[in-house]
Amino acid sequence: MQASLFVSCIVDQFFPEVGESTVRVLRRLGVDVDFPPGQTCCGQPAFNSGFWNEAKPLARRLLRQLEGKEHVVVPSGSCASMLRVFYAELLRDEPAALHAAKELAPRVYELSEFIVDVLKVTDASEIGGRPRREPEKVTYHEGCHLRRELGAVTQARALIGSAPGAELVEMEQPDVCCGFGGLFSVKYPDISGAMLADKIDDIRRTGAGAVAACDSSCLMQIGGGLRAQGLPIRTVHLAQLLDEAATPG
Amino acid sequence: MEATTKQFTQSAAKTLSDARIQDSLRGLYGGFSKARERAAEATPGWEEMRTRAQAVKSHTIANLDYYLEQVEARVTESGGNVFFAQDGEAASRYILDLAERESVKRVIKGKSMLSEEMDLNRLLAGAGVEVTETDLGEYLIQLAGDTPYHIIAPAIHMSKNRAAELLHRGVGAEGREWDTAELTAEARRQLRDKFIEADMGITGANFVVAETGTLVLVTNEGNGRMCTSMPRIHVAVMGMEKVAPTLEDMSMFLRLLTRSATGQRLSAYVTTVDGPRGPGDEDGPEQFHLVVVDNGRSRILADPHMREALNCIRCGACLNACPVYRKVGGHAYGWVYSGPIGAIVTPMLTNLPDSRDLPYASSLCGACREACPVRIDIPRMLLHLRRELAEGRNKNAPVAEAALMKVWRLSVSNSGTLAAANLIGRALRWPLLLLGRLLPPFSRWARYRELPRPVSPFRSRWKDIFRT
Repeated sequence: MQASLFVSCIVDQFFPEVGESTVRVLRRLGVDVDFPPGQTCCGQPAFNSGFWNEAKPLARRLLRQLEGKEHVVVPSGSCASMLRVFYAELLRDEPAALHAAKELAPRVYELSEFIVDVLKVTDASEIGGRPRREPEKVTYHEGCHLRRELGAVTQARALIGSAPGAELVEMEQPDVCCGFGGLFSVKYPDISGAMLADKIDDIRRTGAGAVAACDSSCLMQIGGGLRAQGLPIRTVHLAQLLDEAATPG
Repeated sequence: MEATTKQFTQSAAKTLSDARIQDSLRGLYGGFSKARERAAEATPGWEEMRTRAQAVKSHTIANLDYYLEQVEARVTESGGNVFFAQDGEAASRYILDLAERESVKRVIKGKSMLSEEMDLNRLLAGAGVEVTETDLGEYLIQLAGDTPYHIIAPAIHMSKNRAAELLHRGVGAEGREWDTAELTAEARRQLRDKFIEADMGITGANFVVAETGTLVLVTNEGNGRMCTSMPRIHVAVMGMEKVAPTLEDMSMFLRLLTRSATGQRLSAYVTTVDGPRGPGDEDGPEQFHLVVVDNGRSRILADPHMREALNCIRCGACLNACPVYRKVGGHAYGWVYSGPIGAIVTPMLTNLPDSRDLPYASSLCGACREACPVRIDIPRMLLHLRRELAEGRNKNAPVAEAALMKVWRLSVSNSGTLAAANLIGRALRWPLLLLGRLLPPFSRWARYRELPRPVSPFRSRWKDIFRT
């Protein structure tokens, strides 16, 4: 199985370890991973802020980079949504680019979708390696775009629940936004901060030692909030969780 | 109603710092939202019904002229009067003229968000007519001189003690706890005489059925029904989008409405009105007037990107589902409609430049669309309005924001520029972090969370570790 990694600019620039884990996990599952080197950003920050003219060249550019790829795997529900769902909206008045976007869309997968839906792996212990991680309660924050644009609700849960050493404990409101929303958190930092505070309360009530998600952007928000409050709860991207559980000790 | 949409940020900040309101807003998730989810799960074919309702609504809105003519014909046949009002002012004028012509001194009102758009209470009072709201929440709002906080629960921000204080005009209301039943009984006592004395009842319209001309009102208190049956004149104001083609369609919307609004399978009262009292009828008003109001709705209709907003059946589910509404509350949205639906209709019904904060008051999480019984794609319309503000005909984006966007776009325009930006970012890491801590809005961001730090990017690690 061949898969091209679109790592997303936030992982590339701020959380490269998530990209590394993604590659290791996919390789252990027998996937031949490549990294199209010209990739930068999908353009979502501009698209979401209304600056579609800034977003369009980035979209056209990424479409060229990913043209003809068998599978595109993205360790982010939000960036995967941009490619799979929002490009058709952004490029609706550009027939050629729109065609390319529609060609690409069905081949774009967020990481948990790819593992569960394409590789048909629902038991994370199949990823290989010996269990290394200490047993730990993990709670799962659902990324908004992953849930509501991609409709992926069960995949990550199945993988976390079956990861060696991880016990999945649900929050009361796992599907409520953490308050990041890109530009939203910059434009309205106080509203975003209040949403974050509720999310952190919900996480704390689970008694979990870790909060997992499929988006580094959510984890940046949540992790930043946890550290600002001095709470000993770690944030972990799904790719890292699967990688940790499987890295031979 | 005077729009205060320009004060979004200040109003939101006020709500954020009010612990009591934050508590009641937090309750919306466990209350209304969970009740809606349970009701939806208990309803066989719920998702299919939403899809069908969406299709019926879109069809109705696309053929609104046809269905409104049908409404007019049926209502006229059953002895009612129909008036089409271009705007709120024309609608109010019609009602004021009618009140004057019929020597109306006292009016009772059922809950109507449209009448808030029209500022009807103030205009009637100005003409010397006594107006009394009869929905308990609206009555409290009226006593307080306040505006509705929520589409279906207008006084949700009010404490019981505040309600008691209003109901007892401050006399003897302090120094004790009040329970809801007691307050309701007091309101009922006060309103009883108003119902009996009123010359005119004014209601809204949840639906008007085109094939029969039937007005449908959905309430839990029964006050709406009394407004339609006790006074000698009944006036219903309806937003022109509130048409259901057939009775069967209406019953589908009704099932969706009550479940989505409060989780009820059916509200305590569903009132249908087919014109004024006919020969042989035991009761009912002598006159029935239906005022069909545009007030900016044809602007929404004319915009293919925004038209779907007219599909709204005003259940309020998107407010309860919205994590931003649950923080900033209803008044922050600055006009009649709040929450996600308010963020898209207010800019259209008032004006976009003054309501420019509203389309951005969302993390685009999509919880509204997930909750919406007719699947309105609110996030997509928020994006459209943002685009209008950023680069549309009414361009209105702050210079700093547009400039920042340019810088960002330049830095990610190819892998070379990104590498350069990364090097600059890492070289200036400490000054940038310091600047971030000091410079608003980043400094306010940093109050709640750490700023991210640029590191050696994944792409260089790919070269080092993985490329074989």
